[in-house]
Order: sequence, then structure tokens, then C-alpha cells
Amino acid sequence: MAGIVSYGAYIPLFRLSRAEIARAWGCAAPPGERAVASYDEDSLTMAVAAARDCLKGVDRALIGGVYFASTTAPYKEKQTAATVAAVLDLPMHVFTADFSGSLRAGTNALKAALDAVSSGSAESILVCAADVRLGYPSGPAEMNFGDGAVALLVSRGQTIAEIKHFDSRFYEIQDTWRSDEDTFVRSAEDRFAMEEGYVEVMVEGVAAVLKKYGLATGDIARFALNSPNARQLRSVVQKLGLDEKTQVRDVLHASVGDTGCAMSLLGLVAALESAGVGETILLACYGNGCDVAILETTERVTSVSACRGVEKRVASKDLLRNYEQYLRWRELLPLQPPARPPIELKMPSPAAQWREVPWEMRLTGTRCLNCSTPQYPPQRVCVNCHAKDRMEPYRFSDVPARVFSFSHDYVTQTLDSPVTVTFVDFEGGGRIMCDMTDRDPVEVQVGMPVEMTFRRLYYVGGVYNYWWKCQPVRC
Amino acid sequence: MDSIKDKVAIVGMGCVKFGENWGQSLEDMIIDAAYEAFEDAGIEPHDVQAAWWGSVFAGESGSIMSTPLKLAYIPVTHVENQCATGSEAIRGAAYAVAAGVYDVVLAVGAEKLKDSGYSGLPQTRPVCTWSYRLTTQTPAAGFAMMATGYFAKYGLSFEEGKRLLAQIAVKNHHNGSLNPKAHFQREITLEQAINAPMVSYPLGLYDCCGVSDGAAAAIITRADLAKNFRSDPIYIKAATICQGGREGWLSQVYDLAHVEETYRGGVAAYREAGITDPRKEISIAEVHDCFSITELTIMEDLQFSERGKAGEDIEAGTFTLDGSLPVNTDGGLKCFGHPIGATGLRMLYEVYKQLQGKAGERQVKNPRLGLTHNQGGEPGAATVSVLIAGNELG
Repeated sequence: MAGIVSYGAYIPLFRLSRAEIARAWGCAAPPGERAVASYDEDSLTMAVAAARDCLKGVDRALIGGVYFASTTAPYKEKQTAATVAAVLDLPMHVFTADFSGSLRAGTNALKAALDAVSSGSAESILVCAADVRLGYPSGPAEMNFGDGAVALLVSRGQTIAEIKHFDSRFYEIQDTWRSDEDTFVRSAEDRFAMEEGYVEVMVEGVAAVLKKYGLATGDIARFALNSPNARQLRSVVQKLGLDEKTQVRDVLHASVGDTGCAMSLLGLVAALESAGVGETILLACYGNGCDVAILETTERVTSVSACRGVEKRVASKDLLRNYEQYLRWRELLPLQPPARPPIELKMPSPAAQWREVPWEMRLTGTRCLNCSTPQYPPQRVCVNCHAKDRMEPYRFSDVPARVFSFSHDYVTQTLDSPVTVTFVDFEGGGRIMCDMTDRDPVEVQVGMPVEMTFRRLYYVGGVYNYWWKCQPVRC
Repeated sequence: MDSIKDKVAIVGMGCVKFGENWGQSLEDMIIDAAYEAFEDAGIEPHDVQAAWWGSVFAGESGSIMSTPLKLAYIPVTHVENQCATGSEAIRGAAYAVAAGVYDVVLAVGAEKLKDSGYSGLPQTRPVCTWSYRLTTQTPAAGFAMMATGYFAKYGLSFEEGKRLLAQIAVKNHHNGSLNPKAHFQREITLEQAINAPMVSYPLGLYDCCGVSDGAAAAIITRADLAKNFRSDPIYIKAATICQGGREGWLSQVYDLAHVEETYRGGVAAYREAGITDPRKEISIAEVHDCFSITELTIMEDLQFSERGKAGEDIEAGTFTLDGSLPVNTDGGLKCFGHPIGATGLRMLYEVYKQLQGKAGERQVKNPRLGLTHNQGGEPGAATVSVLIAGNELG
């Protein structure tokens, strides 16, 4: 039977205390903090990070499809799933598709993956869901939203959890939306949206599925539910008569927030991380309707490496200095321009970008067949032995590395001054000059271990320019 | 392989005051530098048979230089080789004379950087090659990483490293204070240098050279004709350019505590000039102190100091005006300023004046051989020139 073979999660390093947001606006705040994507992250880069977490130890040649789900994809027209597949170094025949439009995009993609795998049209599908949604400054959504991503590998056989049932219902209501001209998510009047939207449909949807398959709430070990905030989640829990402490165990609202279409799947990953063998998990996601899945864990669930998933990413965090830093990173305030002409960032040449996909997107260099020296970017004449055209591809993205040298550049323009520039030396050879992200400048040292992370360098001329940076090893 | 040694001579030079020359255009500075050189050589502009024009930012073609000077339908070659551009113009002019094609040629380098509005250099990064590196870091960061690398390799703490580098800035500010053509003519203290605002860790404000407007020019002729122009011509002993394959950015072999191109360029120049003990034989050196760390590593790469020991020579005052090997007697890039295309010619201007005994308050005693050195690009991927000149044949 088809199900989940592997999972991965990504929660950005930075958190913003809700009390700090309340400090800025002089209002009351719910407890806890929310996750904030770094200034160089978006739904695409976070999906890549979650996918890399998910694919640790997985043979990438067996993947037949990549589904990317988000309400905040970087482009309205240009497929994100294709970029994710390229970055992951997947073969060209992989089927890619983007899912969007509602918070159910993540579970919609999961359903599509399940159907593809069950029908035999694909051996396995990688489902990625990520969101960086913006709430209006000073509004409740700004406090309750959080940024994050999740990845699930769906296949037949070798599963850690089988997907027994998947049911869905749609529901037309204008409760939460963002038009093609909006930057911020809009909401209808709070009690209407809660009572007639989220709570009503979630409770009805879950209850109907339980009834359909002859299950009682007590038969379900864990419920993985998305929710706009802790209060509305509690309302659903109470109406369904669930035990919040044992059956829900929400870890997201306290430190991450509502991660949009990634949220219910992150809840599922959190459930799988602590699940025992033969447990039933109910996944439910609300968004213009409700998707509900019933999963059952297999004996493999306890042997998943602890190096991945939600728990470690939630625990690994750093606090934003203040709310103003959030505004700066999301570019929500016009700022004083530098007292000199801005550095002219040129639009990357589409032809050059296309030509360089293998080594820019995948961080693939070459290794000399004559002297075995890895080098980046790819060289035709070896830097060491000068042999010509005796090279094989060599991917650096997952190779452990250390800082060979660094500087903190305080004068260049950036949303996150200073820019930390590094020379990174890879285990087994090879050196790359790149920026370091998600670092505390005072902790950067020669020799510190780093890992590579796919980030957005800048946006110019309507083009997002992505490449790799290093970061201190996180978990 | 033959050598340029003693084949050509410099018989006239000019250099404008470097700085934020708001009131002067590029053309004004080209005219002032070239006419000072014409006058110094005792020639008329129409005596020039060919010209070499060095500039990175001024625009395309030799006509940028021939237009203000109204050169009369002679060949003008535009050269660009990063910070070695001015030296490349001298080299091209010298080689043409050595080839016997021309008798009297002009080399000019100039840059009008301050109109750009930048405190650093305008961006020139290419889009199509190395586009992955389109990050926003400044050149200061590239050199700052060499400071981090040098401190790490030789076990210097941040405080020890900063103090060492500060002494270089203090020395160059002292020399600049004696030079009426320098951009900055003000002494600074060690504390000022150490405590200045950070530009790119660990380099602070006084570890970085000035970005200036400026122009400089040279008249070059055959060595055997030189005394027809003046009694004290300066002879070129070596003129080299050295470029690597960006090994330092690609390979872990590179230690980021020296610049291989400077070392190899020095070796090639010493061979060409017949110099076996540079520390003893070179009388003065004008080197590319774009950042304080660069001057420190150049002392070792040009074999003035042993590896890792430049600090000891700096502490001993070896490179001060009164030392045994004065370096950057005119204030260097730090204080004279750094209009890229003019810098190599400006260095030669100081060496020329020193070798003629006309360097005023900065005059060193009985110099015989002077060296100029430019280093473009960044550590690990540099473009280097080394030129050696002397006031005697042989």
C-alpha cells in the first residue's frame, strides 16, 4: 500500500517574539514566538531545505515526480517544482507540478502523489510544501503566521506510514484570501470566519471521515491539524472531544506559527517522529474545504534517523533583535537609500543562467579524473595537474566543509549587514567563495564547520537570482 | 629570452595632485599630466609618435585620451589590466620603443572616479562569466579575508594583527603629509588607525586606500637617445606582468596569507633586472597598498622580508623614510590615492623623482634602483605588475 517513505522539515533559524511585535504596536500578544524566514529565504529555498532533509540517504534516481505546494511561490508564471527538482539534482524525466490557491495546496499535492503512486504512474513522488505568508503589519495574522516548509516522499512499499484513506470536501466561503493584487492575507470578520469556516468545516470533515470508516476518536493516536491560531485549534479539539495533551500535542503555535499549506504536514511529521508501530494518525487540513487522511505507522517508523524532522528544527533557533528587523527583511518599509548610487545589480543573463544550471543550481563542479582534485566552478583545464577535459561531475552541496577564511563586510548594501563573506574548504578537496548566512558574526571563526544552503541572492528585473551560501551547521 | 633591461629610458613625467578633484574633468587632468611630462622632457606634443592610454573606468578606445590632447593621427592603444593598468600602459610603450618601431612615445593613465558618487569602486563585474558570484561584497572583503588568513596562519590575535596593520597606515600617512600632490596629507596616530570604524572585518577605515581622481604621464624613448633629452634619464630594468589561473579561489593549496602572483612577478622582474638580493639592492619601492594587509604580504612576496616576518621589519622601521628600504615614500595608495589607471604611472613618477634626487622632503639617500608594484583583482585571483627602474646603465 502507498504511504510515506521518508520525511523532512524546515523551520527557519530566526524567531520573532510575539511580545516584541506587541511592543512595536502597543497591543496585547498571544504567548510564544513565530518563525521568520531569513532575509534570503522564500518558499522555494525552504522547500529545497525540507526536501534535502527528506532525501538524506534516499536514492534520488528512484524519484518519479516533484510536487511543490505553496500560496507564496516566487513566480506567478514559472514553475517552482522544476527549480526544486533541478537544485536536487534529479533526472530530467521527473514529472513536476506546482500546487497553489489554498492552504490545502500541501494536502492536495499529497493526494495527487498518492493517486499517482497507487495507479502505478510513478514509483515515488516528492511532495514539498512551503509558505512565507504576510499578515498586515499590526494585525493578528502577522503574529500568528509563521514561515516553514515540509517534504514527504510518497511511494509504495518500504513505508513508515501507510495512507489508508484520503477523503476531501470543498467549501465555498470568503473567509481568508489574497487576490492577485494583494500583498497581505485578508480575512473576514473573525467570529464568522472561525465559526462558519475553519471550526465548522474541520469538525464536520473529521467527524464524517471517522464515521465513514467506523473509527472513534479514541482509535486515533495523533491528530495533525492545521489551524490559524491556538484558540481556533482548541475549539476544534473541544468540539471533537480530543485529548489535547496526548492526541494533538501541537508544537507549532508556540514557536513557529501557522505555516500555511505546510502546517498540517509539519504536524504529520511531528507525529511520525514520536509515533510507535501500528499507530493511527489522522491528518486534516482546512482551506476552502477540508482534506482528511488516515495513516497507519509501520514497523519502519521507529528506525527513521533522528537527524531529520521538526523537533530539531524547532529547537534550533535564534531570536530576531527586534520587530524592525522583521520589517527590514520583508522589505515592508521604505528605507533611507545609501548616500551614494546603489550597487547596480544586473539582471542575470537568462542564457548564462540556463547554461549554468548544472553548476549554479546543483552546486556541481568537477573532479579531475587524472589527479582527483575537486574544483568549483567546473573547470575544463585542471587547476592542479592542467589535464584538459578529463573531468567528471562532482556535487558539493552535501559535502561537509569548514571556513578557511572570512570577513564581515559593513559597507556593502544588504538587508542583513554585515555581509559575511567566506572561503569554504570542502572535505576531500575543493574551495568555494560564498556568503555565510544565518550566523552570529561574533561566532564566526576560521575552521568552524559549515553546511551549504540554497538561498536567494537578490531580485532584479523581475528575476530571482538563487545560489548557495554556507551556514553554521544547525542540527 | 631577451630582456627590456636598459633598452628604454624615461625622460619626462607628469602627475596631477590626486584627490577629490571636483573642479577638474578627466580631460583637464589628462592635459595637465601630459603637458607636465612634455615640459619635463623638453618636447612638443607633436614629437610624440605613438601613445598608450590606461584607464579602467573612463570609457572605450584611445580617443578618450587623444581628444583632449589633440594628438595628430598617431596610434593610441587603450589598455586595461585591473589595478596594473597604468603599469601596462608603460610596458606597452616601452616594448614598442624597444622593438625599434618608435623613438618617442607617451604613456598616460587617468581616472575620474569621484563623479560616480562611490566611496569605493564602481561595479564592473561581468554578467556572463562567474555570474554565480554576483554577490554584493566589496573589494575590501576580498582583502580582509587575506588579513584573516594571515592572522590565522601566523597565530596573530585580532588585536596583534590590527596593531601591526595600523603601523603601515601610520607610516603611509606620515609620508603623505610630506607630499603636496597626495590626496591625504595628514598624520594619524596608531590609536586612530586601530579604533577606526570597521569597513570589512578585520580591516577598518585606515586599512583602506583612498579612491581618488588623478592622472599621470610618462615620455619614453630609446636608452641611447635619452641623454639628448636630459642629463638624468631613468632606465627601465624590468617590466613584468603576472597572472595566475585563479588557483587561490579554486584550490585548498593556497594559504590566503600571500599573493602568489606578486611573488612570481617579483621573481621574474628580479631575473630580468639581474637582481639577486632584492632587500639589499632595491633602494625604494612603491607598492600596491590598496589595503594595509596587502602592503604587509607584498613585503614578503617581493622577498624584502622572510615569510611571516614582515611584522618584525615593520616594528624595526625598515620601510620608513629613514629605514634601509623605504616603501611608499609618496604616501602610497593609502594617502596619495588610487585612480586605478593612473596609479602605476604615479608610482613611477615618485621613483623617477627619487632617483633624480628631486623628491623634496621625502628624498631618500642616494637611491640607485626603484621598484613599482601593482596588484589588481583579489588575493587568489590577482593581476600583478612589477617594474624596476634605475638611474644608471648596467
